[in-house]
Amino acid sequence: MWAFLHKLASPKHFYRITGRWIPWLWVITLLFMVPGLYLGLWVAPPDYQQGDSFRIMYVHVPAAWMSLFIYVFMAVTGGIGLIWNMKMADIMAASSAPIGASFTFLALVTGAIWGKPMWGTWWVWDARLTSELILLFLYLGYIALQAAIEEPRTAARAAAILAIVGSVNIPIIHYSVEWWNTLHQGPTVTRMDKPAIHPSMLWPLLLMAAAFQVYFFTVLLMRARTELLWRERRARWVREMFGNSTRTPFSNTEKVVT
Amino acid sequence: MTPRQRRMAWVTLIVIGVSVATFLALAAFQKNLLYFYTPSQIAAGEAPTGYSFRVGGLVENGSVHRDPDSLAVRFTLTDGAARVTVFYDGILPDLFREGQGIIAIGQLQPDGLFKANQVLAKHDENYMPPEVADALKKTGRMPSVDEFKWSTP
Repeated sequence: MWAFLHKLASPKHFYRITGRWIPWLWVITLLFMVPGLYLGLWVAPPDYQQGDSFRIMYVHVPAAWMSLFIYVFMAVTGGIGLIWNMKMADIMAASSAPIGASFTFLALVTGAIWGKPMWGTWWVWDARLTSELILLFLYLGYIALQAAIEEPRTAARAAAILAIVGSVNIPIIHYSVEWWNTLHQGPTVTRMDKPAIHPSMLWPLLLMAAAFQVYFFTVLLMRARTELLWRERRARWVREMFGNSTRTPFSNTEKVVT
Repeated sequence: MTPRQRRMAWVTLIVIGVSVATFLALAAFQKNLLYFYTPSQIAAGEAPTGYSFRVGGLVENGSVHRDPDSLAVRFTLTDGAARVTVFYDGILPDLFREGQGIIAIGQLQPDGLFKANQVLAKHDENYMPPEVADALKKTGRMPSVDEFKWSTP
C-alpha cells in the first residue's frame, strides 16, 4: 500500500498510472449519475409543499457539498505540500481550485433559481448565502494568487497558506443555519434523529452526491496530469514520452533551452 | 526542531490563531448576523424602531385577511409565545399559506403594526410525498416547525 502511494507521488509513475484510471472513472461517474438523475427527475414523488420545484435539490445540494469538500481537500493537500515539500501535493491543490470554484458557482446559481419561486427572492444576505459567497471569493483569490506568482514553489506555498487560513469558513458555512436565524432551512440529511427526507427522495440525492464526488476526482486527475506535464516539460521522461528530444510538447508556446 | 517540524508548528499555529480570531469576531457580531427577529423579541422590545428589520414566524391559522379590492393582506405571525400583526400590500410567494414559516421585511409602526414591504417564505428541511404528509397530519406526527421557537442568546 505504502509502496504504491509512494509510486504515485513520483510524477512519472503518477502520469502513467492515472492515465489508465481515467476511462474507468468516467464509467463510474455515469453509473452513479444516470440512475441518480432518472430516479430524481422521474421516479421520486413531488414534494408535499414545493411540488416539482424541489428537484433542483439533486444538483444544488451535491454541488454545495462538493464546494465544501474540495476546499478542505485543497487546504489539506496544500498543507501537505507546505510541510513535506511534496510536488504532487502542490499540483493536486492547484488543480482542484477551479473545479471547486465551479461547484460553488453552481451551488449559488441553482440556489438562486430555487429561491425565487420558493422564498420569493433570488438572493438574501443571510449567514448561509453570504458565507457561501465568501467561499467563492476565497477560491477566486486562491486562483489569482497562484497565477500571480511565477515560481511554482513560491506560488504553492503562498496559496497553501491562503487555503489553510480560509478553511475557517468551512464550519461557518455548515453550521450557519444552526447558529443564526437564516432564511435558508436547516440541514436535512445530517440531522441526528433521522434524515428529514423520505427515502424515495433521499436515494437519488445520495447517488448524485456519489456521482459528483467521482466526477471531481476524474476531472482532478485530468487537470493534474496536464499541470504535471507543463511543470515537468523539461524533464527527460516527458521528452522521451513525446518521441524525440528536439521536439517537446509545448514547443510552440515556449522555447526550450537544451 | 527540524525545518519540517517548524513548518508543521507554523501551520498549526495559523489554524489555531485564525480560528480563535474568527470565533471572537463572530461572537462580537452575533447580533448583527441574525437574519430576523422573532415576535417574542419584538414583544420584549429588542427590535429596532424607526428603521427596517426582518421578522420571522409562522402565519397563524385563520389570521389571514385579504382586502377584496387590492393585493393588501393582513395576517398574524407567531412563534408560539408572542404574536405580531403584519400588513403587506404586494405579491406573496407561492409558499405563503396559514401555518407556513414567513419572513417579513419592513418597519414596526408606533401602534405595534408591522408594515412589510417584502414577504419571503421560509420552507423547512422536511421533504416528503404528499400522501406521506397527509398521513402524518392525520396521526398528528407531522414534524413541527420549531425553528421560530428557540430564543436567541
